Amino acid sequence: MEEIKASMAGSVWKINVSVGAEVVEAQDVVILESMKMEIPISAVGNGVVTELKVKEGDFVNEGDVLVIIE
Amino acid sequence: MVTKLLIANRGEIAARIIRTCKKMNIPCVAVYSEADQNAPYVSMADEAYLLGGPKVNESYLHVEKILEIAKKANCDSIHPGYGFLSENADFARSCSRAGLTFIGPNPDIIEKMGNKVEARKLMEAAGLPLVKGLSRPLINLEDASKSAAEIGYPVMLKAAAGGGGIGMQAVWNEEDLIAAFSGNQKRAEMFFGNGDMFIEKLIEKPRHIEIQVLADQFGEAVYLWERECSIQRRNQKVVEEAPSPFLDEDTRINMGQSAVRAIKEIGYQNAGTIEFLVDEQQQFYFLEMNTRLQVEHPITEEITGLDLVELQIRVASGEKLALTQADIKREGHAIEVRIYAEDPVTFFPSPGTITSLILPENEYIRHELGVHGASIVSPFYDPMIAKMIVKGDTRNEAIDNLSSALEGYQINGIKTNIPLLLDISKHPAFREGDTTTDFIDKHLKN
Repeated sequence: MEEIKASMAGSVWKINVSVGAEVVEAQDVVILESMKMEIPISAVGNGVVTELKVKEGDFVNEGDVLVIIE
Repeated sequence: MVTKLLIANRGEIAARIIRTCKKMNIPCVAVYSEADQNAPYVSMADEAYLLGGPKVNESYLHVEKILEIAKKANCDSIHPGYGFLSENADFARSCSRAGLTFIGPNPDIIEKMGNKVEARKLMEAAGLPLVKGLSRPLINLEDASKSAAEIGYPVMLKAAAGGGGIGMQAVWNEEDLIAAFSGNQKRAEMFFGNGDMFIEKLIEKPRHIEIQVLADQFGEAVYLWERECSIQRRNQKVVEEAPSPFLDEDTRINMGQSAVRAIKEIGYQNAGTIEFLVDEQQQFYFLEMNTRLQVEHPITEEITGLDLVELQIRVASGEKLALTQADIKREGHAIEVRIYAEDPVTFFPSPGTITSLILPENEYIRHELGVHGASIVSPFYDPMIAKMIVKGDTRNEAIDNLSSALEGYQINGIKTNIPLLLDISKHPAFREGDTTTDFIDKHLKN
């Protein structure tokens, strides 16, 4: 299991994957938006999305878990 | 006449404009979003009105609401600051339709300067030197490749509607161009809704040097020397200084006079800034014109002793320029650093709550603040929360003063770029004036 975490505080602008989707290393899974900047958050390994912890528009803090992949 | 002024902005620049209003005895009105209720500028103004929710389209970009408040509060003028609506030609038109004086140039010029290909054409006709390139969009890859060969590699591939460093790529040969063309076109289409690309000769080791100009409504204009703003991250300025450590006196005067001739030619009014790229041989080329007050205007104020906001208000009121070129002095050296709420290494934003703010104080230090010691820095707006301007009789003295001031500058609770600014101020290459636009990558990244 791998937790994909927010690298900064901001709002969830886009979620590029859904539960069951296969992701590969370095693929952008979520795009956060903060202070006029969009920051893509990418997967660190290959796997399948098992849970989305956030939805678009949510506010997250640095270190919050966004997506879980197995 | 400006008898009551609404400031359509927030943060440090709103506070800056309020200070000049107080000095000139002009009552001023602040507007704020729900996220800014406790911001320092809100309590500084004579009156303050809530615009709406924290998002910019519910607040600082909400034109109808801003005009409604201006009317309700009996304002006759609007200062747009920088960013937000300051370079929005339709907003300037709406102000004049509502009988309000927009403190800035006329809307047609704002509109033309907003498109890079249009601005190139206009300034070429007004006699400014341009980087060798095309003043028209590229038709296709074949056209791009033919044009690049004519101009000579390396070239810069740019989006016509681009800004903020997006849609721009240096290309060193035909192979690179083929690889870059369609991707950049798609990106421009996606970001700006306009895939038009154009091409310019790449200036190697460029410096970013800009001329502050000011014109009245009677065709008189002056320049207030230059600012060098080469030290940038993500193509946004971090450190600015005046005078430039690089320009020789002949080039400096030549740039100023060329800028004044150009703005007279196009009938420009109010304050503006012409940005140039300057190459290693001191050749200068028009880059773009900002038709508003600039973030870094305080360094010009520090070396000239003038108040740019006051001058903007006076010329917008219909007063003649009381200054001739010979009246504009240049004394000492000023450096501005922008304090960003961001990680000093990755430059990722760092919103949060400030738990304490300790400012260095000295006669050579000027602060421009958008926050106080318990502010919530929200994720909705630009990460720049404050600026510090430091002076010295010489550049070396200003740098010494900057380093010691930064050592005493403490913001707790959020991450800021102060460690990066301190590294820049203490770097031997900065001291030597080796301030090209790749400074941070070249000297501070391992």
